[in-house]
Amino acid sequence: MIRWFKKKEEPEYPEFWKSYAAKFSDKPVQQLEDIRFVVLDTETTGFDFRKDRMLCIGAIGLKNNVIDVADSFEIYIKQERFNPETVAIHGIIRNEKVTMQTEADALTKFLEYIEDAVIVAHHAGFDLGMINHGLKRMHLPNLKNSVLDTMPLYRSTLINSNFVDKTRGYSLDEVAEKLVISTKDRHTAAGDAMITAIAFLKILSKLKKSGATTLKDLLKIR
Amino acid sequence: MRNTIAERIADFLKRYPPFDLLKTSQLSEIAAEVKVIYVEKGKVIFEESQKGHDQFYVVHKGAIDIQRNNNGKIENLDKCDEGDIFGLRPLFAKESYMITSIAAEESILYAIPISIFKPMVLDNQRMGEFLIESFASNTQTPFSKEHHDMLYTGREEAFESTAQLYELQPAHFVKNLVSCTREETVKDVAIKMSQNKVGSVIVIENECPVGIITDKDLRLTIAVGKYPIDVTVDKVMSKPVICYPKGITIAQAQITMMKHNISHICITKDGTPNSKAVGIVSEHDIIVSQGNNPSVLMKAIKRSRKTKDLKNIRSRIMMLLNGYIQHNIPMTHVSKIMFELNDATIKRVIERSILKMDRQPPVKFAWMSLGSQGRKEQLLTTDQDNAIVFQDVKPEELEEVREYFLTLAKKVTKRLNAIGFEYCPADMMASNTRWCLSLKEWKEQFKNWITEAGDDEILLSSIFFDYDISYGDVRLTNELSDTIFKLTNNHKLFVNTLANTALRNPSPLGFFRQFLVESNGEHKDFFDLKKRAIMPITDAARVLILQYQVKNINNTAERFEKLAELEPQNKELYLSCSYASKALLKFRTKQGILHNDSGRFIELDTLTKEEKVKLKRCFKSIHDVQELLKIRFKITAFL
Repeated sequence: MIRWFKKKEEPEYPEFWKSYAAKFSDKPVQQLEDIRFVVLDTETTGFDFRKDRMLCIGAIGLKNNVIDVADSFEIYIKQERFNPETVAIHGIIRNEKVTMQTEADALTKFLEYIEDAVIVAHHAGFDLGMINHGLKRMHLPNLKNSVLDTMPLYRSTLINSNFVDKTRGYSLDEVAEKLVISTKDRHTAAGDAMITAIAFLKILSKLKKSGATTLKDLLKIR
Repeated sequence: MRNTIAERIADFLKRYPPFDLLKTSQLSEIAAEVKVIYVEKGKVIFEESQKGHDQFYVVHKGAIDIQRNNNGKIENLDKCDEGDIFGLRPLFAKESYMITSIAAEESILYAIPISIFKPMVLDNQRMGEFLIESFASNTQTPFSKEHHDMLYTGREEAFESTAQLYELQPAHFVKNLVSCTREETVKDVAIKMSQNKVGSVIVIENECPVGIITDKDLRLTIAVGKYPIDVTVDKVMSKPVICYPKGITIAQAQITMMKHNISHICITKDGTPNSKAVGIVSEHDIIVSQGNNPSVLMKAIKRSRKTKDLKNIRSRIMMLLNGYIQHNIPMTHVSKIMFELNDATIKRVIERSILKMDRQPPVKFAWMSLGSQGRKEQLLTTDQDNAIVFQDVKPEELEEVREYFLTLAKKVTKRLNAIGFEYCPADMMASNTRWCLSLKEWKEQFKNWITEAGDDEILLSSIFFDYDISYGDVRLTNELSDTIFKLTNNHKLFVNTLANTALRNPSPLGFFRQFLVESNGEHKDFFDLKKRAIMPITDAARVLILQYQVKNINNTAERFEKLAELEPQNKELYLSCSYASKALLKFRTKQGILHNDSGRFIELDTLTKEEKVKLKRCFKSIHDVQELLKIRFKITAFL
């Protein structure tokens, strides 16, 4: 009768989504040492969430200050739409000799890999937007993981000085330069993910000194 | 699945032994299981008598100190650099570690699982030998075969202490020989010597050394007119060459040099003049390796070819500083020497960076060191603060010229960082567009700062009263100083605001004469020596000296001495301030050496009673000079 109050019926999701969703508990782990972080980066055909598509997802797992190469993820996605302009940047040529997956397969594998890890990315909004739009095309809801963005995290480590503009953004290149990280592998998804991961560890050690020890503390930083 | 990260790790490992001995497939297998570990400076990776890890380590970035506790005394056995391996014990034996490894600087390590690696070693004899050698010594000069059976038996006398008996260590020799043939003319050889900045050239025939030409030979033959300058070298060279095989000890080298009255020894393959020349040991290098002589260090800086060399020299400079402090050498002397050494380092880095650019600087420029280095008070390596001023150019060329200097500045700051001068946290560096300006722009900038004297602007311009030109054309910086002085003259408001900022950090003692400690942040309950004591006294000196328009005295202690001369009525106060500034600097340096940091934050509990009293006496001078500022510049009590 009063249909508005009735809870909207959950659509029936596929098995892989259900097992992904089941990984999340009501009480997420808070101590940073115990959390599995997954640092990721996506390469895309452009910046339009609706029109553009992901070319590649690169990700690497990290726990208790140790990056585990065995826990990495790298997947290339078949394109229906091809934008020659982006090829130069990313060096991923269409049908290059790596195994390619459809977007749906890639994302299914990604969900299997990521589980309930906390996602870390530089300018995370963009990568998350891309992934979530991909999930939407599969008629799935958004990712359930907590997300940390290394950009504001880095900014919060800068000293409080009137000479530092606290509102401006910092590109991954700038952050890497300031934290003295080699940027040899820029513009491959996995390479960027690795740079971001090292940046994240360096930032984390700085933040820990100023008292951030739980996930909650980090999520507060904007 | 393709794994870019593992590929990169494999690429890195491949460049270093023993991984260069592995097959590509084995390397990929290892790389895919590597764990990448980030460690902060001072973090312990494993400790003596701790159970062995199931992995060993490769340094990817940074440096790791290997230490051993010898009856309560910590001994540094070795320093592992990029590509070095350590923590090998668990690979050989199920025992606990016998050494401690600790991060000498912020580092990134690759941890390699032993379960995967060990089977590969057992299959590969050469690799096993290499590992045994590096395990046995962890130095550049592996021990002999004593440790041969270890991989399989797991017994050994680990780490004979070699570090103490300096003279018995093998002499380090230069591997890239500068050589010539008999037929070359003396002139060409002399040119070769100055290009390579060496004092000697080996004359080679069929790869074997047949003679040597040194600065001394040139002096004794050509310079006195015995031969014309176009004579062939075999006329003037010294022969035969004294040769030794590699591994000659420092003591042996020194005795040989004394005996034959020579300054160079040639290292050949079998130690006779009839085999291939592989290197040269010079008296100079031996002295440099002993390390504590400023003039030798200075020469080493000027000859350095790599940032890594400068970094090594840097650590020797620190040893020198440590020695000075321990022997109570007067601070004025110490800071002068340290300033010169730092200055030479910066100059050398800039010189080398210009060579790395695709062309010479388009116009004249000057590199200014600001802050503590500008005041000649930088003893420990702290942050780098610097700026560039370049000659005025046509407006349409301005951006292109700036682009050049920004690129140059990036190279310089990056190298300085690698040497140990950390980046300025407020980004006050020449690589920032705001600090890389033409002369005209700088003048404009100062005019804005001084006439619109807000607190920030004052602070910014005050930094520039303490600059020192490190490199380039001194006329540019002189013109800049003149402009600043002209602007500040007759600008009462500016000087008053400057005095005001000098008081922004009140006297470091609380009402009950207790130390004021930090109330929050990373250094909670520590005493901030820089903010509470060094900055107030530096600021006070600056504003007082500015009244008299005294140029070119930047050092705080010297400024107070000058003031004592100018105002005899306040002589006592100023001299006590001069003393205090030196004492504080020494204090900071001592603390810095003790804790291997910038010495800025002090844990009060670790101070002795005497030190506390000394500090408090310095604070009394700070308090008095602040009172004087308040009266002189009529700054009211509410500040």
